[in-house]
Amino acid sequence: MTTKSVGQSTPRVDAYDKVIGTAQFTDDLQFGPALLYGRVLRSPHPHALIKRVDATKALALPGVKAVVTGDDTPGTIGLYLKDRHIFCRDRVRYVGDPVAGVVATSEEIAEQACQLIEVEYEELPAVLDPLAAMQPDAPLLHPELGQYEVVPFILPQPGTNISNLFKVRKGDVEATWPQCNAVVEATYRVPHIQHTPLEPHVAVARWDPSGEVTLWSSTQSPFAQRDLIAQSLGISQGNMRVIGTYVGGGFGSKAGVSMEALAVVMAKKVPGRPVKVRMTREEEFFCTFVRQGLVAKVKIGGNQAGKILALQVEYYWDAGAYTEYGVNITRASGYSSTGPYVIPNVHTDSYCLYTNHPVGGPMRGFGMPEIHWSIEQSVDRLAEALGVDKVQFRLSNCVRGGDEIVTGMIMHPTGMSQCIRKAADAIDWDQREPPSASHKRRGKGFAACWKAPAMPPDASSEAWIRFNEDGSVSVGVSGQELGQGVHTVATQMAAEALGVPVNWVHIAYPIDTRYSPYEWQTVASRITWSMGNAIRAAAQDARQQIFATVGQYWRENPQDLDIVDGEIVSYRSKRSIPLQQVSINGLTLPDGTWVGGPVLGRGSFMPSYVTDLDAETGQGKRAVVHYTVGCQAVDLEVDPATGQIEILKLVAVYDVGKAINPEQVQAQMEGGVVQGLSSALLEELQLEDGRPGNACLMDYRIATAVDTPRQIVGHIVEVPQDDGPWGARGIGEHPMIATAPAIANALYDALGVQFNDMPLTGEKVYLALEEREG
Amino acid sequence: MSTHTITITVNGSAESHTVPAHMTLLDMLRDTLGLTGTKNGCSAGECGACTVLLNGEPVNSCMVLAVEADGAEVFTVEGLAGMGRQGDKGTRGQGHQETLHPLQQAFIDEGAVQCGFCTPGMLISAYALLQRNPTPNEDDIRAALLGNLCRCTGYTRIVQAIQKTAQTAGHETHSTKQEAGSKKEGGR
Repeated sequence: MTTKSVGQSTPRVDAYDKVIGTAQFTDDLQFGPALLYGRVLRSPHPHALIKRVDATKALALPGVKAVVTGDDTPGTIGLYLKDRHIFCRDRVRYVGDPVAGVVATSEEIAEQACQLIEVEYEELPAVLDPLAAMQPDAPLLHPELGQYEVVPFILPQPGTNISNLFKVRKGDVEATWPQCNAVVEATYRVPHIQHTPLEPHVAVARWDPSGEVTLWSSTQSPFAQRDLIAQSLGISQGNMRVIGTYVGGGFGSKAGVSMEALAVVMAKKVPGRPVKVRMTREEEFFCTFVRQGLVAKVKIGGNQAGKILALQVEYYWDAGAYTEYGVNITRASGYSSTGPYVIPNVHTDSYCLYTNHPVGGPMRGFGMPEIHWSIEQSVDRLAEALGVDKVQFRLSNCVRGGDEIVTGMIMHPTGMSQCIRKAADAIDWDQREPPSASHKRRGKGFAACWKAPAMPPDASSEAWIRFNEDGSVSVGVSGQELGQGVHTVATQMAAEALGVPVNWVHIAYPIDTRYSPYEWQTVASRITWSMGNAIRAAAQDARQQIFATVGQYWRENPQDLDIVDGEIVSYRSKRSIPLQQVSINGLTLPDGTWVGGPVLGRGSFMPSYVTDLDAETGQGKRAVVHYTVGCQAVDLEVDPATGQIEILKLVAVYDVGKAINPEQVQAQMEGGVVQGLSSALLEELQLEDGRPGNACLMDYRIATAVDTPRQIVGHIVEVPQDDGPWGARGIGEHPMIATAPAIANALYDALGVQFNDMPLTGEKVYLALEEREG
Repeated sequence: MSTHTITITVNGSAESHTVPAHMTLLDMLRDTLGLTGTKNGCSAGECGACTVLLNGEPVNSCMVLAVEADGAEVFTVEGLAGMGRQGDKGTRGQGHQETLHPLQQAFIDEGAVQCGFCTPGMLISAYALLQRNPTPNEDDIRAALLGNLCRCTGYTRIVQAIQKTAQTAGHETHSTKQEAGSKKEGGR
């Protein structure tokens, strides 16, 4: 199929506003002199009972308008498992848990008033490690676990710290181990890291005396926020309005509800006045979401023919104090626990564990970077133990269209093996170049990956298309622009589906849940695919309306009509008429009457084919909508004298089905691998007794322009997705998944030392070499 | 809380304002002057999103008090594009009104913008670099951006955009001076 707009590297439609400084982010919105500010008093303890809260002195401070506490938030909140109060009521569960909020005329006064609130705590023993959380005598964080409202596919274990357990039982691993020629086993650890978007979280809320509530927030999830906050506060979703403008980076940290509900609760106390709550960079590190920690125990075996025969994994997720998304990350890591390989015998236990750590949330990759850290190193070591080339080993075992995968689902057409071959070529896998100095070591590493959108089976998208008097097009979508380029691809897809030039299309923005079409959330790399399908449907609907009108006007069969470059044409009569004559105004018929009128195309998309999985075996017909696959290869050099790693070249190859905008796919690959590299080499949120030790950008380093490799090479593979618009599937998260294990495997190639724990700091590498030398 | 009246030249326009003693230059730009193009990412001088030129030097405006800028010249992202000049209007496109600085155009052309929150600070740091070194190599560029964090792009395209701007400018000074009216389209 030839396309005009889809497949072109159209420049970003939001770039102009962003380079001149007029693109509005939430904190840029102006609210006038009525604006008040909120600050939050947070728990200093990882685990304690709240015995008493006294705000008398705070309320007496001039400029203070209101104080809120857990007494104001009786309802629970949560996306999959409602395990949290917006403000803590009787118990705090992590350092940073919100205990009280102050509304005042300035941030300074609000902060000062927070310090005047007296809180009496009774400290409790804390759970600070996921394995400790599993112990039978571990302190319970949520004794009420059995009473929380939960969706059917999440299985909390009341009386324990396990908020979800996902199991795979496929084949018979125990009977298979003796048939293996080699078995490797290791335990891997991934620390908490933080998303670190450049824009901190910010929310402004206004609770009108009429009961109408408006929330302006920097969010990936305007509709989910509307729904969850309305449910928790016992108001109608119809009275709750969320407005979302540009988001200054999300990476999952701005998905669902983290801090936004705090502003709403505070605003309720000062009816009619907007209340702004901004997270400081320090709060950003431990009071919104962090990436979950993981302890992964992996045992994998294969035979001399180069086939993987059995895999046993236990994932212990350090999900923190509450589980907005953690329970589903646990599930996703279970149903994807083999990585992109076909393994006949699988035994997986994936546990989501409460700890007194910051709240674990979704982060780019949704558990996949963490589990692939263990899978891809294990696969590498197994190949070595079997004496098989690591690329060949992956080719022999990787998933192909028609294969039965870990959950029993039959894999759709996929370009996994093409990705592996392209990456091997791009890194010159069979060549090993010498290091730049004789004392240095050089190595190459490889890692493959897969990831499916992890979401409720019926997560949906809606779109509308309207026309302006000049024929230009307004497209309503609620895929949020986080920087990934959703507006640009939406523009391209709408232009393509309608048959108009791409520069006729405007995106209706910002997202306003009162007027914008429904979108579950901008997460899971699902937007290009799901929203794209909705746009296509809306365009189809608009075209049918237009063709009915013009068909009547020309007395032709609507099926003979098309729209080409903004002209409505008839293939039968060769007539044409500009779109602008039909889009709003009517056409006069010979008898003087009129046909037509404003066209409003509407479309929606909901996948109908995802099925439940058996709770005991994890087996089912179709676990997910699809998998995006890819792989990465690394060429690096390490200086044994310092342990410092220099990435010389990084290759990323992904099968996106169809690149709607190839340059934007490249840009996602570049940005994703650098975020992956940053996590692999630099990042760890240090927690001592649950207290963050490096909650600032000076101490928590992310990759700078100096840390990033000069050579990042991206290649696109396109094996079309049957349920995707023009064959497209998502790419936003995937480039982060394979980076860290590819680096670890290259380091192993260079040094012969395996590093089980992320990150690969110079210190860690140096000490490991010292230990080896004895 | 004491206040002070200061005079400050922002993007070429001198203005007097009365500001609290503890107000930062960043807050003054954003909240008093409404110049919200300059962003606040950390309030601690660690992310570079608030970079502006203070008397020609790039600074983190969150680390400068407004009163310290009394009598100074401040240059922000809003000053980069020539205000009010008419650009191309597409037939049905967004009719961009401003002529862009070559760096801004290069950021668009090279795909150096994603979420856009670091972009204003990046542009100012890049502008300062090209002022002091019109022919930077890749190392120079990367070093100049050390104080500007970006979490989206991986920096590659930002570096390319600055390289391209420098190369184009170098070309133009060496060859016949091009006519002043740029033919570049505003953004698309």
